Amino acid sequence: MTATSVVQATYVVAGVLFILSLAGLSKQESARRGNVLGMIGMALALAATVALAIEQSHRPWQVTAALILLVLLVGAVVGTWRARNVEMTQMPELIALLHSFVGVAAVLVGFGSYLSEPHSDTVHLVEVFLGVLIGAVTFTGSVVAFLKLSARMKSAPLMLPGRNWLNLAAVLVSAVLLAWYLAGSGDGAGAGAGLVPLVLMTLVALGLGWHLVASIGGGDMPVVVSMLNSYSGWAAAAAGFMLGNDLLIITGALVGASGAILSYIMCRAMNRSFVSVVLGGFGAEGGTVAVGGEQGEHRETFAAEVAEILTHASSVIVVPGYGMAVAKAQYPVADLAEKLRGRGVRVRFGVHPVAGRLPGHMNVLLAEAKVPYDIVLGMDEINGDFASTDVVLVIGANDTVNPAAQEDPGSPIAGMPVLEVWRARDVVVFKRSMATGYAGVQNPLFFRENTAMLFGDAKDQVERIIQAL
Amino acid sequence: MQIGVPRESRAGERLVAATPATVRRLRELGYDVLVEAGAGERANLPTREYVEAGASVAGREAVWGCDVVTAVNPPSDEELALLRPGATLVAQLAPATHPERVAALAARHVTALALDAVPRISRAQALDVLSALSNVAGYRAVIEAAEEFGGMFAGQVTAAGTTPPATVFVIGAGVAGLAAIGTASSLGARVRAFDVRPEVGEQIESMGATFVQAEGATQEVSVDGYARELSEDLQAATLRTYAAETAGADIVVTTALVRGTAPTTVTAEMVAAMRPGSVVVDLAASGGGNCELTVPGERVVSDNGVVVLGYTDLPGRMPQHTSQLLGTNVVNLLALTTPGRDGRLVVDLDDVVVRGMTVAKDGEVLWPPPPVPVSAVPPPPPAEEAVAAAPGPDPAEAAADRVRRTRRRTVLAALGAVLAGLAISAAPPETAGHFTVFALAVVVGFYVISAVTHALHTPLMAQTNAISGIILVGALLQIGDDSWVVTVLAVVAASVASINVFGGFLVANRMIRMFRRDTRPPAVSPRGTGVTA
Repeated sequence: MTATSVVQATYVVAGVLFILSLAGLSKQESARRGNVLGMIGMALALAATVALAIEQSHRPWQVTAALILLVLLVGAVVGTWRARNVEMTQMPELIALLHSFVGVAAVLVGFGSYLSEPHSDTVHLVEVFLGVLIGAVTFTGSVVAFLKLSARMKSAPLMLPGRNWLNLAAVLVSAVLLAWYLAGSGDGAGAGAGLVPLVLMTLVALGLGWHLVASIGGGDMPVVVSMLNSYSGWAAAAAGFMLGNDLLIITGALVGASGAILSYIMCRAMNRSFVSVVLGGFGAEGGTVAVGGEQGEHRETFAAEVAEILTHASSVIVVPGYGMAVAKAQYPVADLAEKLRGRGVRVRFGVHPVAGRLPGHMNVLLAEAKVPYDIVLGMDEINGDFASTDVVLVIGANDTVNPAAQEDPGSPIAGMPVLEVWRARDVVVFKRSMATGYAGVQNPLFFRENTAMLFGDAKDQVERIIQAL
Repeated sequence: MQIGVPRESRAGERLVAATPATVRRLRELGYDVLVEAGAGERANLPTREYVEAGASVAGREAVWGCDVVTAVNPPSDEELALLRPGATLVAQLAPATHPERVAALAARHVTALALDAVPRISRAQALDVLSALSNVAGYRAVIEAAEEFGGMFAGQVTAAGTTPPATVFVIGAGVAGLAAIGTASSLGARVRAFDVRPEVGEQIESMGATFVQAEGATQEVSVDGYARELSEDLQAATLRTYAAETAGADIVVTTALVRGTAPTTVTAEMVAAMRPGSVVVDLAASGGGNCELTVPGERVVSDNGVVVLGYTDLPGRMPQHTSQLLGTNVVNLLALTTPGRDGRLVVDLDDVVVRGMTVAKDGEVLWPPPPVPVSAVPPPPPAEEAVAAAPGPDPAEAAADRVRRTRRRTVLAALGAVLAGLAISAAPPETAGHFTVFALAVVVGFYVISAVTHALHTPLMAQTNAISGIILVGALLQIGDDSWVVTVLAVVAASVASINVFGGFLVANRMIRMFRRDTRPPAVSPRGTGVTA
């Protein structure tokens, strides 16, 4: 029994723990256990790796150990600090940033792997090349997503002429560079001759990642973030191939599959094909007004009136959207729900799969505000109940409650599954203005007879309603 | 400009076209308001309150001589003579049934706006007097019925035994019908309701009634939002339904009014089949009545003791609130026609709402207006129609397309599998082993992730972030390399990857901890039973 075989065995255990960890996340009850299992798996894998690294070290083991300790210390301090201080509304940014870390790590590991053995067989060389490519795309893509989500960059899609051709050209150039790189790294060539094409390809891939995400609008970010999640997984898997490490392959494949499924769910919830989202340009945010022309007049209401309606309601459904996150209204909303529940009103929350900027973003915000998760329901669970509901409060949601998706076959969002809020007796829409939502489509809901509009900052308005109650 | 508010001259009329509250709003629009002494008296609105609201009190001639006169009912001949040429009259004018009245107004060069000719589009709702009055009438109809009915609406369970709830059958779920349904069900009655338009079934049910449909009877929405008259066999089926429902009802409220005329819904035979003491309230009495026994304005008792109420003044029986609603309609109309808020009335015939209401102007009769297509109740197109309307392929072609796509996908998948197979077989054996692991892990990942509840997708992403930090393992193993360049690269890679590991796990943990179950016992008691936390 060698040290290596012990390490391999540990890796198998860690891999299984990771799978169990993700399986634990299937339900809220087991989620904590899943989190802990993941941590144990990671601790085992790291302990084994540290032992192996020290044993295989080409330098004095003390140096290697010190460096490893330093690295882990940096990670622990920075990671803990970020995790403690991040606000839940900024979760999408943090996630995007963490994806970029995986990307940059994959690039660096790829270069390290190439430099330590520049003359290996073709398969290994291709693995290195692909690992660096995926890593670089993930890195800049995530950085752009991070910048867009944290509003340091305009969230409108960048519309370069012939942008799809640019992407294609980048891929073709990479393919040419691959050939050059393989020729340069052959046994006859001088050391480091393959380095030039590798670096060039990295630059091209960095540009590709940047452009790919820059041309996608802010409202499609749930898909983009999931997609980058997937890429970061494939980057880790590619690193696993180049290092011949099964644990990396397993983990990377898990993460890659996870991101891919999340992207698929998001796309289905928007009734759009994955390709059309990735190729970008679904219209600028803020939107144009009224594609369908004159729709009628909306009815405006006031906080006191809404409070009045709520006092007489026996069932209420709250439908939050990205606007709630922007206004940071989750606390007053939770407060309102709690007050109403205290009076015996049946309050529930209806969450559309693409509400917010991250899959499940609304659920986390509501959980943060201490809304019990068993009254927060998904679209399919709650859609049948709107007809028997007295009041629906739509807080900062627009396209996800647009009846045109079902009723107007000519609408750009036709066929997108939506929350059927209009079936309720009264609908109150909290909104800053009459501007259209992300899709730039006018919402006939606002002009329905049973809809009233409550304009202004969602947080202020909800607080006013609470006072009026 | 001056607005005159006369005291209604029609016998028994208790309504008034402006209340102190609406006078205030008229003044905000820049108008001076002249109120005839005692105009609001019968609606319990003393003249003193009008004066406090800023109106001046004037005599009859002065009021009718104003630039704008707003009244509830059409003017009598004598009042018509008091109107100045060029003045504007705002009142209910029934232009469809009284063309001679419109002609007389035009002859006097009066601009006449009919409050009861508002086009049915969403933005005109705020000035639709018919809706406002129908709503009140529907409410009052149930109240009148309750007064006549010899029983209680709500079922009672007492020590002295139990009584069943009253059964109320409402015909026509327009504004009045829905108000009647709401009132009756809030009094505790069992309510059943019928309407020829199938799409109002949802509204009926939302008001707490059971939607009754005639067998095979459906009717499309007409383009202007009002119900149409029925075809013959539909009518037969509908009458059978009426017969069955009325026989079992204690109270029948019938509200069918098609363009001012009332089709017969409740025949004399149906009344004869009802239990003695039952009540029929005919809200269409003004158009002749839906019930064959109805005498407009009267209470009649049938031979078998069924009370048939044909009151036409139901809104007037609640003058305070009705005047308030009506007055608000008038204010909303004037707000629309006073764009400058400067007390100057502008009748803009390009506005479909104003055009629809203007029945006479500059000596010309402008009734009937050109038809306005509604946007208020867009007819939901049936599914087949939607398919036909969409410029897409027909079903057969779509199916063929699907088959083609499936075939193409299968071919692509097979091609991909062959290519992957070739690539793997060209690779050294240990790489093939890695591919096996990879493929299995993707499949496992697919099933594991599919089971994750949507609510936990954000923690899932944080967690996958953390575990994809496993790339740290690769970086750590490179740290000990003999090349310093590799070591530096590895240290940087390992640092960021370890931020991922720690940050990802901790933030996932923080989020997961926030999800908590409801600790409160489930609220089984409905509101109003006093058992609330």
